[in-house]
Amino acid sequence: MPANPFNAFTDYGIGIGLRVPHYAHILARKPVVDWFEIISENFMVDGGRPLHVLDQILEQYRVVQHGVSLYFGSADRLDRTHLRKLKQLVRRTRTPWLSDHLCWGSVDGSFTHDLLPMPYTSVAARRAAEKIRAVRDFLEVPICVENVSSYVEYQASEMTEWEFLSEVVERADCGILLDVNNIYVSSQNHGFDPYAYLAGLPHHRVGQMHIAGHTRFEKYLLDTHDQPVPDPVWQLYARATRLCGVTATLLEWDDRIPSFDEVHGEALKANEFLGGVRSAARAVGS
Amino acid sequence: MTPDGLPPLPARVPHRLRTTADLRALQRVMAHALYQPLTPDDDLAPRFRDGREMAEVAASFIKPNDRLSSFERLQIYARGYWYRVMDCVYEDAPGLRALLGEARFRALVRAYLAACPSLSYTLRNLCARLPWFIREQPRWTTPDTALAEAVARFEWAQTVAFDGEARPVLTVAEISRQPAARLRLGLQPYLTLLSFDWPVDDYVIAVKRRQALRAEASHVVNHGPRERSSRRVPRPRRRRVHLVVHRYKYTLYYKRVTAGAFRVLQRLEAGWTLGEAITAAGRGVRAAQVSAWFATWTELGWFCRRK
Repeated sequence: MPANPFNAFTDYGIGIGLRVPHYAHILARKPVVDWFEIISENFMVDGGRPLHVLDQILEQYRVVQHGVSLYFGSADRLDRTHLRKLKQLVRRTRTPWLSDHLCWGSVDGSFTHDLLPMPYTSVAARRAAEKIRAVRDFLEVPICVENVSSYVEYQASEMTEWEFLSEVVERADCGILLDVNNIYVSSQNHGFDPYAYLAGLPHHRVGQMHIAGHTRFEKYLLDTHDQPVPDPVWQLYARATRLCGVTATLLEWDDRIPSFDEVHGEALKANEFLGGVRSAARAVGS
Repeated sequence: MTPDGLPPLPARVPHRLRTTADLRALQRVMAHALYQPLTPDDDLAPRFRDGREMAEVAASFIKPNDRLSSFERLQIYARGYWYRVMDCVYEDAPGLRALLGEARFRALVRAYLAACPSLSYTLRNLCARLPWFIREQPRWTTPDTALAEAVARFEWAQTVAFDGEARPVLTVAEISRQPAARLRLGLQPYLTLLSFDWPVDDYVIAVKRRQALRAEASHVVNHGPRERSSRRVPRPRRRRVHLVVHRYKYTLYYKRVTAGAFRVLQRLEAGWTLGEAITAAGRGVRAAQVSAWFATWTELGWFCRRK
């Protein structure tokens, strides 16, 4: 299922995140890239260089918006001013779908600027689903929610993370941005089977995937996005593509960012896993 | 102390979350725990704001696992929060850091962020209230409070100039069409007028040059005298300067203007008519000089319609 309602029936292939250290290379060399993912908040500004660069990128490339501040899981109401700014950007980029995280990060109007995990409860699922629906209706674009990596589990949780994610996306009738690295990091931190997580999801709702690297500390893994994708994450990605089909995939590399070619080359390794799934799909089709 | 603008803490986190209010209670407690400054060893504070042991508070809503206690798991997020927001201020305020020195700057930033957590979805706005905080709580910057506030205002103006709104530029022809006695010009929203008792622009430029030199030196072993590159930039000597922080073709600039020119721009910004503003230039200023100012400012795209 390469194309589905949650990615607006597109087939975007393998993309990378648009990051400042690569601007000059991309604008000067115009390398061939399937698509770029932008962090919405970096371009929700009123003017200046960020929008100037974005407009040049949009002339050459397909862009998908990924956000870090909608905080579907926060008890607070949605901020209409924020949404209006986001909608302006959606119109500018013509993003086919928009993603943000299934997390909370603000309360009473203050912001932690972090992707804090949710307590896995029915009341939290209902609240998040309500907000996702409201955002989709306002922005008029499909929404995919991303599973976050986490370092805490709440006393109040009543279900597993994958049950919670499934309940939210079914209630909201939205897509999933499946972050395979986040599943792996959380599975190591909380002691669950990442393959059980994958098996328990509504696969037809996965509109996009993320892959990334992480850092191993003595007592936990930290989601750092500062190195190549490790083998266990590739293995999990291979299973995810077999379950979900060939899906638009993006490599996240946000810290200690190497050259454009190195980042792009790492992302393109995903083709090794997608090729087998594509062949299998073709065989079934013929 | 409750951080600026936040409601008081709930008494406890409910064991079961039955309502959105229960969810909010959990989020308030966790956010308040994150907003408390770390200890000097970068650990989570041992006591919560209400006096309870932080370990007890953490255990009330976070499960431990076989490797980490509830306190240690919460601490991962607290460190992440403080490293992130401190990094942001360090990046946006290099001049203030150089002026105060590492220890005083760090103490100021911790106090600022503890009192004024971010109220914006973007870290871009994190330093917006820093000049106000410096003025309101001078104990962190004494005896350099006035200069520190000036540097903080100058550095915030750069953020505004970088990505602030640009409105359609008024051309000379459009300006000339209306009589000066009735014309009220707007200044671009990305532009900031600043008047200081120190040449803060020169100081911040020198700090950035020194940092660039240091960064360059760090890539080359034994190249250049290390001692020289780590020497502090001398404090600026008192001298009145009038500055316009703006951008031109997507690049940031600081333009010095004379006192007369500054008064004209201030009055235009305050909504005076062009004719009234020009009289503020002063008696000694010739009409040709005022015309030259306006030619430059129009060329730089500073004027727009008033909202």
